[in-house]
Formats: sequence, C-alpha cells, structure tokens
Amino acid sequence: MQHDDDHHHDHDHDHEHDNRFSEMQARVRALETVLTQKGLIDPAAIDAIVETYETKIGPRNGVRVVAKAWTEPDFAEWLKRDATAAIASLGYTGRQGEHMRAVFNTSDTHNLIVCTLCSCYPWTVLGLPPVWYKAPPYRARAVIDPRGVLAEFGVTLPETMKIRVWDSTAELRYLVIPERPDGTEDLDAAQLADLVTRDAMIGTGLARLPEMAR
Amino acid sequence: MNGPHDLGGQHGLGLVAPERDEPIFHAEWEKRALGITLSCGAFGAWTIDESRHARENLPPATYLSASYYEVWTRALERLLERHGFVSEAERATGRMQEKGAEPKRVLTAEMVPAVLARGGPCDRPLDAPAAFSVGERVRTRNFNPETHTRLPRYARAKRGTIEAVQGTYVFPDDNAHGKGENPQWVYTVVFDALEIWGEGADPSLTVSIDAWESYLERA
Repeated sequence: MQHDDDHHHDHDHDHEHDNRFSEMQARVRALETVLTQKGLIDPAAIDAIVETYETKIGPRNGVRVVAKAWTEPDFAEWLKRDATAAIASLGYTGRQGEHMRAVFNTSDTHNLIVCTLCSCYPWTVLGLPPVWYKAPPYRARAVIDPRGVLAEFGVTLPETMKIRVWDSTAELRYLVIPERPDGTEDLDAAQLADLVTRDAMIGTGLARLPEMAR
Repeated sequence: MNGPHDLGGQHGLGLVAPERDEPIFHAEWEKRALGITLSCGAFGAWTIDESRHARENLPPATYLSASYYEVWTRALERLLERHGFVSEAERATGRMQEKGAEPKRVLTAEMVPAVLARGGPCDRPLDAPAAFSVGERVRTRNFNPETHTRLPRYARAKRGTIEAVQGTYVFPDDNAHGKGENPQWVYTVVFDALEIWGEGADPSLTVSIDAWESYLERA
C-alpha cells in the first residue's frame, strides 16, 4: 500500500516537473527573443558562455589543484597562504573564483562547503554547481546535520572526526583539499588526479582509493 | 530579509538526493537562462547584491519549489523590468514594444573569454584598521532587516571566535539597495554547533560564516 502511494506521488511529481520545465522553456525563449530584438544580448555570447562551462571550466581544474597540492609541498603551502594566487598560477581565474580559500582535510578534521543563502560555489575550479548544491535540502541540512547529509553520499566518518562546515556567506569561495589516500606514494600527479572527485572537493565525498579508480 | 532563501537549519525539505553522473544542464532552456543572466549582468545596470536580493524576494512558495535556473530567470525578469529594459507586456508577447533603457555595455561573443576570466572582484581598499583580531571572541548582532543582508538567521546573536581576517570587501547590505559599496572588513567567525543549535547539537561540529565587521560586536 505504502509502495503504491509512493509511486503515485512520484508520478505526479514527474508530471509537475515536466509542466514546470515547459513553462520555463517558453519564458526563457520569450526573454531571449525580446532581448535580442532590442540588441541587448548577443545569442552567440550565450553560446560562448555555455561552451565555456561545458568544455573549459569544470572539476578537472580543481583536480589539478589538488593533485599538485598532494605532490608539491611548496604549492600546498602557497594554497594555504594565498589560494587565489596559487590557483591563478595554473590559469584558473575569474567569475566566482575571484577570492579563493583552500581548506585542507586532516586526520582529525573534515571540511564541508555550503552556501545556505544562495548558491555560492567556486566556479573557476569546480565549474557550475550541481542541482543538489543549490537546492533547499542541502542548504538547510549541511549546517545542522552534516553527518546525515554525508550518509546520503555514502560517506560515514568516525565519530571522533571533527566536522567543520563553511557557510559561504561572503565573496570568499572555498575549495576542499581532501586527504591523500594511503598507499599512493608511488603515484604521479596524473594518476593521483584519478582519485579526486568533485564531491571530495566540496566535502561531500572523500578521495577515492587507488583500487576504486582502476 | 527573512526570506525563503535563508535556509540554514530548516527541517522538512527532504533528502539531498545527489544525482549520479548528473549532466551539466538538464534542459536547453537552462543553458539559455545561464547565458542570458550573465549577459544581462554585463549591462552594468545592477550589482550582484541587487540580483541576489531580487532572487530572495520571489514569493516563498515559488522560491522553494523552483529549480535554481528558474529562480535566476524570474529574478532577472524583475530586474529587467525595474531597470527599464524589458516590460511585462514585452515578455508576455515575446515582442519588443519600445527601445527601453540603454545598457553600459552589451556582451558579445568575442568579449566572453576575457569577461569570465576577469570576473567581478569585490575587494576594495579601506583605510580603517580591522576592529577585531584572530582569536578574539565576538557576538553576532541580532537584527531582522527587511532589506538584504548576508548574516543568516541561524547565526544571529551567537557567540563565536574570529578565525581569520579576510580583507575588505563591498558591503552587500548597502550595495544591494544602491547605497554605495561602503567596504568593510570581513572575518571568518567560527561557532560551536552547541552555541547555534543548542540541545542535541553534534559535539564534533563547528560552523563558520564570513561576516562583515558591522555584523559583529565584542563578546
């Protein structure tokens, strides 16, 4: 019985979702049409923006930062001292990464990033935020029940592990540097990069173990 | 403002539901919504703070049930109307009726790489020294302005510790309302979960916010 109720609920939800999306499609099209008629926007600029975040700016940027931090102690120090400059040295600058901070997981502290008030996220190193990061449940729960949130991502931390949640209320944008997994001493930066996930750089995940990456 | 956007600590909103291998966009209109929002931001007619305030001013039921690109789009419609670029009638018909306001600039495809790579830094020089230093105990102020603020409700009237002095930045509470940038020092302030959530709080948890100086008092 319970199962049937759930099923109906999901079905209604999908239907509502579809209606909402087709309404938004019409609204956005109308807006783009009028703005283009007025010469206020260049549709090719929109294409260029989309292409940038589809192909040029994404989590692979952050992965490179983390792998370098794991393999070069001087770079890790620079990241701690001046993350904006250290990250810029790899060519990652600009929108929603103007003022960067890198926070390092340690054996006793796990870091988690959220923006409870909107959707602040380090675009230059992680690209556009995932839907869940911008949606109400994560923004509501990350600051009060981070262990419950982490469980949804399949992450269980020891009870003795301290959790630090960073609410991005100003213009600082945070990148989590996950802990380098044990048994990776022989891997080079390219191999290490395979272990770094986007979620690990938000704090909703951990770096993968080498056997998981193969 | 105590709007629907101020979500920290709210219950009943459901599971986070991370999506496996989610696509960057879930529909074509999301791509256009992103591009249009950024293009219109380049007009120079409003600030990021005003646009955030437009988003949090959406009706709560709309805000909480919308995807974030819908929130962006509905807020953008209001900004375009408020600043005289696109009227409601023009949106409804999908046809230009009058020329409307002139932007400071129109973003072209050639400008996109440089504009994205430059971003919009909001650090500003300030002569005044920082009022607080690392390790100092502070209390956040208790206020409930109907206007824009970046001090979340869960972190008002709470005791915490200055963990970092982060520099001087545009003050959004003023800038969102056209009252000028009025830069202030920004601090990372860390709170024990017990101070914020009280009974039953996770003893292993600390939460930090980044707070403008005028949000803080010496504890």
